[in-house]
Amino acid sequence: MVHDTQRMQSLAERMAEDEVAGRSLWADARRRFFSNKAAVIGLALLAFVAAFALFGGQFAQWSNEELDYNVMGVVAQEGGPSLANGHYFGVDELGRDLFARTVQGTQVSLLVGLVGALVAVVVGTIYGATAGYVGGRVDAAMMRAVDVLMAIPYMFVLILILVMYGRSMIALFVGLGLISWLEMSRIVRGQTLSLKNREFIEAARATGVSGVTIIRRHIVPNLLGVIAVYATLLVPLMILTESFISFLGLGVQEPLTSLGALISQGASTMAYGTIWQLAFPLLFFCLTLFGFFFVGDGLRDALDPKDR
Amino acid sequence: MLKHSLAASALALAAASPVLADNPVPEDVTLAEDQSYTFWLLDAIKSMDPQINTDVEGSDVLRNLFEGLYNEDAEGNIVPGVAVDHTVSDDQKTYTFTLREDAQWSNGDPVTAEDFVFAWRRLADPATASEYAWYMELMQVENAPEIIAGEMPPEELGVTAVDERTLEVRITTPLPYFLQMLVHASTFPTHAATIEEHGDQWTRPENMVGNGAYVLDEHILGERVEMSKSDTYWDAENVVMETLTALTINDVNQGLTRYLAGELDRVDIPAGQFPRLKEEYPEQATSSPYSCSYIYMMNVGEKGPEALKDVNVRKALSYAIDRDIVVERILQGGQEPSYNWTHWATAGFEAPEIDYATWTQEERLERAKELMAEAGYGPDNPLDLTLQYNTSEDHKKIAIAASQMLKAIGVNITLDNYEWKVHTDRMQNQDFDLARYAWCGDYNEASTYLDLFTSYSGHNNGEFFNEEYDAVMRESKTAEDPLPLYQEAESILAAEMPIIPIYHYANVDMLNPQIGGIPTENVMQTWYGKDLYRAAE
Amino acid sequence: MLSYSLKRLAIAVPTLLILIVVSFVLMHAAPGGPFTSERELPPEVLANLNAKYGLDQPLWRQIVTYVWGILTEFDFGPSFVYKDRTVNEIIAQGFPVTLTYGILSFLVAVAVGVTLGVVAAIRQNSLLDYLAVGVSIGAQVLPNFVMAPILVLVFTLWLGWLPGGGWQGGQWQYVILPVIALSTSFMASIARITRSSMLETLNLNHIRTARAKGLPERRVILHHALKPAMLPVISYLGPAFVGMITGSVVVDVYFSTGGIGKAFVDSALNRDYAVMMGVTILMGALTILFNLVVDILYGWIDPKIRY
Repeated sequence: MVHDTQRMQSLAERMAEDEVAGRSLWADARRRFFSNKAAVIGLALLAFVAAFALFGGQFAQWSNEELDYNVMGVVAQEGGPSLANGHYFGVDELGRDLFARTVQGTQVSLLVGLVGALVAVVVGTIYGATAGYVGGRVDAAMMRAVDVLMAIPYMFVLILILVMYGRSMIALFVGLGLISWLEMSRIVRGQTLSLKNREFIEAARATGVSGVTIIRRHIVPNLLGVIAVYATLLVPLMILTESFISFLGLGVQEPLTSLGALISQGASTMAYGTIWQLAFPLLFFCLTLFGFFFVGDGLRDALDPKDR
Repeated sequence: MLKHSLAASALALAAASPVLADNPVPEDVTLAEDQSYTFWLLDAIKSMDPQINTDVEGSDVLRNLFEGLYNEDAEGNIVPGVAVDHTVSDDQKTYTFTLREDAQWSNGDPVTAEDFVFAWRRLADPATASEYAWYMELMQVENAPEIIAGEMPPEELGVTAVDERTLEVRITTPLPYFLQMLVHASTFPTHAATIEEHGDQWTRPENMVGNGAYVLDEHILGERVEMSKSDTYWDAENVVMETLTALTINDVNQGLTRYLAGELDRVDIPAGQFPRLKEEYPEQATSSPYSCSYIYMMNVGEKGPEALKDVNVRKALSYAIDRDIVVERILQGGQEPSYNWTHWATAGFEAPEIDYATWTQEERLERAKELMAEAGYGPDNPLDLTLQYNTSEDHKKIAIAASQMLKAIGVNITLDNYEWKVHTDRMQNQDFDLARYAWCGDYNEASTYLDLFTSYSGHNNGEFFNEEYDAVMRESKTAEDPLPLYQEAESILAAEMPIIPIYHYANVDMLNPQIGGIPTENVMQTWYGKDLYRAAE
Repeated sequence: MLSYSLKRLAIAVPTLLILIVVSFVLMHAAPGGPFTSERELPPEVLANLNAKYGLDQPLWRQIVTYVWGILTEFDFGPSFVYKDRTVNEIIAQGFPVTLTYGILSFLVAVAVGVTLGVVAAIRQNSLLDYLAVGVSIGAQVLPNFVMAPILVLVFTLWLGWLPGGGWQGGQWQYVILPVIALSTSFMASIARITRSSMLETLNLNHIRTARAKGLPERRVILHHALKPAMLPVISYLGPAFVGMITGSVVVDVYFSTGGIGKAFVDSALNRDYAVMMGVTILMGALTILFNLVVDILYGWIDPKIRY
């Protein structure tokens, strides 16, 4: 999906314009956000998906790992969605309840997306703010390192990590987080540079506030908007990446699953009359991604209106 | 040394009248104009060097490019290849093969006994570093173990070219199935001059010199292999199929789609799809026994979990697996549920009576629960084990089902999926509790399976060391009739239960009905392009 | 400009070195090696193999030898698994394939994506616009491993128009499906970016002026609006390129094209160290080169950017 770096820059510049941009900016932004139809729809989608992931399990008649011997082996004929046997979304190839598995897969996908984005944002912000604030040779070296890392074909490294070190959630989080903080750190660093010579920062420095505190108290808050937008747009990217990893068979271990794993499974057997195995996970996959995209775009537009 | 002919009847017949019945096409068949056959490969062929290859798919290709001493016919009987006949010494330890006069390499050189000597030495030579070097050891060829270990030069191998047409092989113990072993691709001759000239590159199409019915035209890694009929093959006039093409398709479902679109003549059927395809395409969907056996190996060695050292627990685990569900509900392709190790259709093999094979699943389950209770496990004290499998849709499904079945007797299974290399590495380091394992027979005789669980085998990763078992298997090597000993070995496996047998393979294929000559009665599923033909529609 | 390009190229050297070292260490630390097989090899044989491929040397020396081989002879070594091939040959076979469908996909994605985006922007809020936006949103989230089997089902099995896989030296029938499968999601992204940036540009003063002067709409769009509107598209090309490298794995698996993506995954699974390194380095170098091209393009379009 899209990372419109230009508009991210423009947003970052705007966010750095005033000191802790003030309440009005956020209030204005909220107003604009809620008058943006796509953004509101996106928010509703996210709320729905989150509710599904959190509470969907309450409605499941089966666990995500139980085999239903009544339909196992005759899935194409009898494993379709049905209210009668409690398989609302049908069953997978082995006769496991697809509803329960979709709920559980959505949980994992959301978790992967959120944690991956969180790692990226935390690392990227700290790294970028430090580089920008300290400046000089340290800054140059740190940014050179980012340049170097950005040229690495990260998907290859990710595949290497997962193939070599087994397939734990931790490896996945680390792998995904590792590759996504670079751009964030660049934006943060740029804004920190332009902020750090501003009067309010200099005033803080003159009164003896430590560098860490300045970054934490004055610089980061000014970047919150950028971080929020970036994080929102990063989540779906993480989910997409995880789905590719699942396609390669390097995703989470059974009986756990993710939307990517379910889709890849469903796609491989779609010619065999079990299309629901693809349709339901794909539906939730799309809803989740749309939700994040719409909200992310909406947030950005709200914080950085082009009509200013 | 007194020699006398001991050739099998089929062999004698074929050798006596070599021209007879060699054309594979039945009289009532009209041939299609286009004599081409396209088959499916799951992966890229790693090596086209007979002495380096280790894969079944590689062997399928190699059998067309090279020819060993003997071939198999459609029923799996031994028929002449480069050798027309042989004699065996009285002590059954010296085989003397007579090679045919008209056998030629694709560059026109005659195929001589020296070529076999070269190839066999090359297989055993540590400098070649072949993974299948131990096959020479398995064939009991004199001095093979010492040569593989680097203690003797390869020239000491018990194989000699008496003259151009006479090959003598000395083995250390009589082997009733020695001839069957000669069908294996590792024993195919190779052309010394070519290998010396091109080194590792000799297997490339432009360099390769073979003695098979086909020559290699093209090998594009991961895409396709193309072979065409060889003019220099001794029986070229009876080779009907003009070209063989192998397409690599990494996804089995994609392979089926492309078969249905008419791009392939033969493809594997993915698990669970056989019943539907059989109904829709009764003439194309086929299933026939295939000599491979699927098990869960248990780690009973030092590093294994304490619980698995208790034979009652091992039995309980085995009893709890409902094999019928695995074959009838998951695989659905005519596989057989298994309660023993050796594939049921192996030549000359008959499984002994194994008690739990005859029980109902309820009885097994009940017994399993009792055994678990006796061993001190139960609902309050559940047993935690891991089940390791290598990446594959089918292994995954079976493992998931097995973990659910074991849950019923209070065993909590954690599934551990690894890539093949990691899986193998962990197994070899005894770093597992239960691990998926399968073995495909190298030749059609029970010892190819049963040798695996001797303490001196290179495959016994679960470290099941049993003196009685070793003794039985040692004895079988020289026995007049090894079957009772094989049965005893199977009974020991059933009593000690170091493995959980799951199922015996079947080859489940979609096969274009126009293609004739594909063997279905041969449990090794060995096929030769030279026996195939394409009938007109 | 030139000094900037040189500076960027200079970064390539440490980048590739780091890439080599990291991959090397990652690979060698992993369980299993290229010669791990079902039956454990006798120690003598293993020692022979390790000596033959230099694996008996300390890691640092292996790296040095490896890099030296590349620098002096452009030799990436022999494959550990495909014993009759060198890494150079494996790359020489697979890379042109990947490059062919990669470049075609790229061109299709940009050409169709930009056209769609521009048309949608000009006809904002028309049916065409909604259709373009709707389709592109959907296409963006549809993973290509779902797309590929759908294409084969429809065009190969049902319609019988195109072969479902293979490459056959790049004959056109074999290229179409891989290109569609690979280009669609990027096309959709480019269409969306183009549309939104075009809309912004059309509201800018100099465009309004141009229109007010009575210039024909066609001329306004092509000569005044298109160039500045392309900036975000160009900055997206870098990520798109990386995404396409990833997508090539899917294409190779589903269409058996024999390209470099599958070769990489196989080499990782087989522990074919040499092939894995070769492909990683190639991809790293390409990424660096491509980013440089994008930067230059960017500077050419937007002269405001200082280097």
